[in-house]
Amino acid sequence: MIGPATTAILSHWRRHPGQCLTLFLGLALATALWSGVQAINAEARAAYRQAASVLGQDQLARLDSPWGGPIPLADYINLRRAGYLVSPVIEGTLGTFRLLGIDPLTAPPEAQPTLLAEGALDVADFTSGAGLILLSADTLPETLPDGLPPVRTVKGLMPRTGITDIAIAARLLGQSDPSYLLVLPRQPAGLPDLAGNTPGLRLTEGGGFSTPGQLTDSFHLSLTAFGLLAFAVGLFIVHAATGLAFEQRRASFRTLRALGLPLRTLIAVLLAELLAFALIAGGVGLILGYAMAAVLMPGVAGTLRGLYGAEVSGEVLFRTEWGLAGLGIAVLGTVAAAGHGVLRVARLPLLAPAQPRAWAIASGQTMRWQSGAALVLFATAFALALFGTGLAGGFACLAALLIGAALALPPVLAAVLGAIRWPRAGPMAEWLWADTRQQLPGLSLALMALLLALAANIGVSTMVGSFRGTFLEWLDQRLASELYVTVRNKAEARALRDALSPRVDAILPVVSVAAVFYDMPADLYGIADHATYRDHWPLLSSEPDVWDRVARGTGILVNEQLARRTGLTLGDAIPLATDWDLPLVGVYPDYGNPAGQAIIGLDLFAERFPDIPHLALAIRTDPGSVPALIRDLQEAFALPPRFVVDQSQVKHISLQVFEQTFRITGALNALTLGVAAFALLTSLLTLSRMRLAQLAPVWAIGQTRRRLAVIEMVRSGVLTLLTFVLAIPVGLALARVLLTVVNVEAFGWRLPMRIFPADWLRLGLCALLAAALAEAWPAWCLARTAPAQLLKVFTSER
Amino acid sequence: MLTVEDVSKIYQTREGPLTVLNGVSMNLQVGDTLALTGDSGAGKSTFLHLIGGLDCPDAGRITLAGIDLHGLDDGGQARMRCCMVGLIFQQFNLIPSLTVAQNMAFQARLAGRYNARFVTDLAVRLGLEQHLQHYPEQLSGGQQQRVAIGRTLAAKPRLILADEPTGSLDEATGDAVFTLLLGLAEDTGTAVLLVTHSTRLANRMGRRLHLRQGQLVVPAAPWAL
Repeated sequence: MIGPATTAILSHWRRHPGQCLTLFLGLALATALWSGVQAINAEARAAYRQAASVLGQDQLARLDSPWGGPIPLADYINLRRAGYLVSPVIEGTLGTFRLLGIDPLTAPPEAQPTLLAEGALDVADFTSGAGLILLSADTLPETLPDGLPPVRTVKGLMPRTGITDIAIAARLLGQSDPSYLLVLPRQPAGLPDLAGNTPGLRLTEGGGFSTPGQLTDSFHLSLTAFGLLAFAVGLFIVHAATGLAFEQRRASFRTLRALGLPLRTLIAVLLAELLAFALIAGGVGLILGYAMAAVLMPGVAGTLRGLYGAEVSGEVLFRTEWGLAGLGIAVLGTVAAAGHGVLRVARLPLLAPAQPRAWAIASGQTMRWQSGAALVLFATAFALALFGTGLAGGFACLAALLIGAALALPPVLAAVLGAIRWPRAGPMAEWLWADTRQQLPGLSLALMALLLALAANIGVSTMVGSFRGTFLEWLDQRLASELYVTVRNKAEARALRDALSPRVDAILPVVSVAAVFYDMPADLYGIADHATYRDHWPLLSSEPDVWDRVARGTGILVNEQLARRTGLTLGDAIPLATDWDLPLVGVYPDYGNPAGQAIIGLDLFAERFPDIPHLALAIRTDPGSVPALIRDLQEAFALPPRFVVDQSQVKHISLQVFEQTFRITGALNALTLGVAAFALLTSLLTLSRMRLAQLAPVWAIGQTRRRLAVIEMVRSGVLTLLTFVLAIPVGLALARVLLTVVNVEAFGWRLPMRIFPADWLRLGLCALLAAALAEAWPAWCLARTAPAQLLKVFTSER
Repeated sequence: MLTVEDVSKIYQTREGPLTVLNGVSMNLQVGDTLALTGDSGAGKSTFLHLIGGLDCPDAGRITLAGIDLHGLDDGGQARMRCCMVGLIFQQFNLIPSLTVAQNMAFQARLAGRYNARFVTDLAVRLGLEQHLQHYPEQLSGGQQQRVAIGRTLAAKPRLILADEPTGSLDEATGDAVFTLLLGLAEDTGTAVLLVTHSTRLANRMGRRLHLRQGQLVVPAAPWAL
C-alpha cells in the first residue's frame, strides 16, 4: 500500500514542477545563507584558536614596550643577567608575510614549534648556516618574498606566518632589538618580583591578552544573526510552497484515506517526502553556502585583520561541523515551515469536503491572533531594551522586535487599506483597492519576508551610517595634530625637539603606561596642556573646568568604554595606586578601541612615572609644510616610515579599515533582500494561478488582459510601497537597538543615531524594482493567457 | 442587431481537430429573446463566447450593431463587451472584493452609463435593497444571481448573453430570477440570448435554436416559430 500511496502523493510534483522547484530553491537558498555564514565563522574561529596557540600566547606572560616599538636589547640582557628567565622574540612583516624570530635556546617548549619542542627537528638545523623558516602548509610559495632562507612546511601554524631563528629574523627584518620578551612560567627562587624590576616595560600575564576570539565575538554574533534572518526569510518561501502543495493535495489525501490508507502511513509518507526534500535541497544549499563563503571570506579576513588584528586565511575549508549543522537546520527548518501542513492532514476528517480551501487565507481570527502576538513581542522587545543585559539580551530584543513587526504587518496593512478611501476613484481603482485588500492574506508571508529584509537593511545601514559619520567627525577632532612622530630613545627625542622647535607651532609629547583600573587592564596617558586638546578633544560629559583640572593634575579623563564598564560618573574618585586617586572630570568617546583608557596631565604623569621617556610626539604645524617635514625627519634621523605618520595617512588607513569592516554586512544585506524578492516572486506566481477566478469576470466585463496585467503590477507596487513605508520605523527601531544596546554591550560605546533619507529612497526604489521584477513574469503570463483559459472559469462544459 | 455569418470553431485535441461549430449563421433583432439548446459538449457556451467577443472564430463573421466583432483588436473587443454586451454566468462571477452596490454599479461605471437612481431602482426590483453593503459571500445563490443580473442590466447593454443563469439554483429560485431577468430586459428593450439545457426555460423565450453536430437547427414544433 505504501508504494501506490507514495506514487500518488509524489505525482503532484510531476504535475507541478514549478512548485517543486520553488520549494527546492527556497530551502537551498535558506540553507546556503545560513551555512555560508557558519562556514565563515568556523574558519575564523579555527584561525583564532591557531593564533592563540602560536608561541604560547595563550599561556605565557610577556614583557613589551607600552608605547609600542621594540625593547632595547640592553634591557633584555640586564634581565637575563639578573637571573630572570625571559626569551626574546622579534616579530615583523615582509610584505604580507608575518615573520616570528625565536631563540630556541631560551624559549620554553610551549613557545616553540612542535617539531623543535618534540625533538623532531635539530636545533642546529634551525639556527645554523642559512637557517630555516617553518611555514604553515597552506602558505603558497609564490606569495613569499624573495631572498628567504630554505622553507619547510609544518602543520599547526597560522597562514602566511613563518617561524625562524631570531638571528635570521633580525637580519631579514632589519631589527636587532626584540619586539617583546616571553616570560617563562617558573622563575628562579629568590628573585624580586619581575613587575617591579622592569621600568618602562609592560608585563601582561598569560591569558590576559584580549584574544581575537573574544574581541570578535560580537562580529561573529552579528553574522550569525544575519544568517538566521536570511534563513528565516528563506523559510517563508518553503512555508508558502509546502502550504500550497498540501492544499492542492487535500482531495488526494482524503481519497487515499477513504481507500484505506492508514493515517499513520500517510503522515509517514509525507514526512519522508519532506525529509527527502530537506536533505537534497539542504545538500545543494551546503554547496551554495560553501561557494558563498569562499567568495566572501577574503573580505571577512580583511575585516578581521584590519579591525581586530586577527590573521585569518582567505580560504574556506569544508568542515564537518558546519556541514552537519547546515543539514540539520535544513531538516528542522523544513519541519518548522511545513509542520503546520502535516498537522492539518493529521486532523483532516475522513468525510470532510475536499473543496480546496483558499490557500493561506488569514481569517479575522488569525489577524487578531497575529495582532495580539505582535503586541506581546513589542512589549518584550521594549522591556529587553530597558532592562536586558548582555549581548544575548540585545539580540533577543532585536528578534522580538523583528518577529513582532512581521506578525503585525498583515493586520496593519489591512487596516491601512481599509482606512484609505478614494472619493473620486473610478470603478477600476475601486476594484483594485478592494481586491488588494482581499489578496493580502495570500501575500502576507512574502510581504513579511520583504519587511524583515527591508527593516534589516534600513536598521543596519542606519547603524553603519551613524557609525561612519560619528567616526569621521571623531577622527577629525581627535587627530588634530598634523604629524605624529615616534623616536627610539631619549637622545633622539631631545635632538628631534631641538630640530623641530623653530619650524613648528607646538610639540606635544604623548606618554603612556600600562595600568589596571578596577581590575581591568587599561592604558594611562599623559598629555600636555594645549589648545589642541582644549579646542578639539571631544568630550561626552565633563565638569565645567575640565581642562584646567587635568592640567593642574587634579582631575582625570576616562574613555567611554571604561566609564560604562565600571559605571563611573563625573566626580567619582578613581584609584590609580594605593596612595593615589583622582576625581573623574570628563568622559571622552574612543571608537574602535576595545580597551579602557585614561588621561591625566603631562606634569602629573612625569611626576608619577619619571622613568618613562617622551618618545611619542604630536606635532602642530602648517599642513602645507608636512611633506617637507617628513622628508627632513626621515633624512636627519633615519626614522623608518612607520615612525613618522601624517594626519591624512592615519585618517585614510582608519577609513579603509572602517569600510572593510562593513563590506560583509553590505553583502549579506543584499543577499537577504534578494531572497525576499524571490519569496515575493514565488508567492505572486502561486497566487497568479489562483487569481484567474477573480480576474476572469473583470476581463469578461470589458477589460483587456494587458490592462489587468498592468493592474497586477500596480497592486504589487502598492503593497511593496506600503511594506517599505512600514519597514522604515521598524528599521529605525532596529538601528536604535543596535546603537544603544548591542553596540554598548559589544564594544562599550554608544553612538548618536543619524538618519539617511536618501538611502531609504534608494532602498525603496530597489524594493519597487524587486517587486516589479517579481511581478513581471506572472503579469506577462496573464497578458498572454489564452481566452480559453479564462473561459474555463465560466464553463464546466464545452 | 446581431448577425452571425457562417461561423466555424475548431479545437485542436490530441485525437485531432474537433469541429465544434461548423458554418453557423443566425441573427437577432433588438428586443428579441432566443434560447439556444443542445447536448452537453455541443458548443453552446463556445457559441456564446464568440458572440460576446471572449473568443475568436476560426472562420466566419460576427457583427454586433454593425461592427465586425473580430475585426477589432483586444481593446476594441473589450470595449464592446463593456458597452454593448452583458454577460450572465451560471456561477454568477461576481467580484468578491466589492460590495453588492459596487458590483451592481461596476460595469455601468466602466461603460460610462452609471445612473445611481436607476441602480437603486434595479436593486429594489431585484429585492436587494437590504443587501447593498453586503459582500457576495454573505448572500445566497439566488441573491448572488440577482446581483449578477442587476450588474448586467445597470450597464444598459444592447444584448444580454446568459449561460445557464439559473443552473446552480433550485427550481423555484431559478424561475423567480429568470422571470425578473426577462421582465427587466423587456422593460429596457434588451435582446437576450439564453444558453440552457432546460426546455422549461427555453419555452419562455421568443425563439429557440438547437445546436447539433456543429450546426444550428430549428427544433420541430411546438417550439418552432
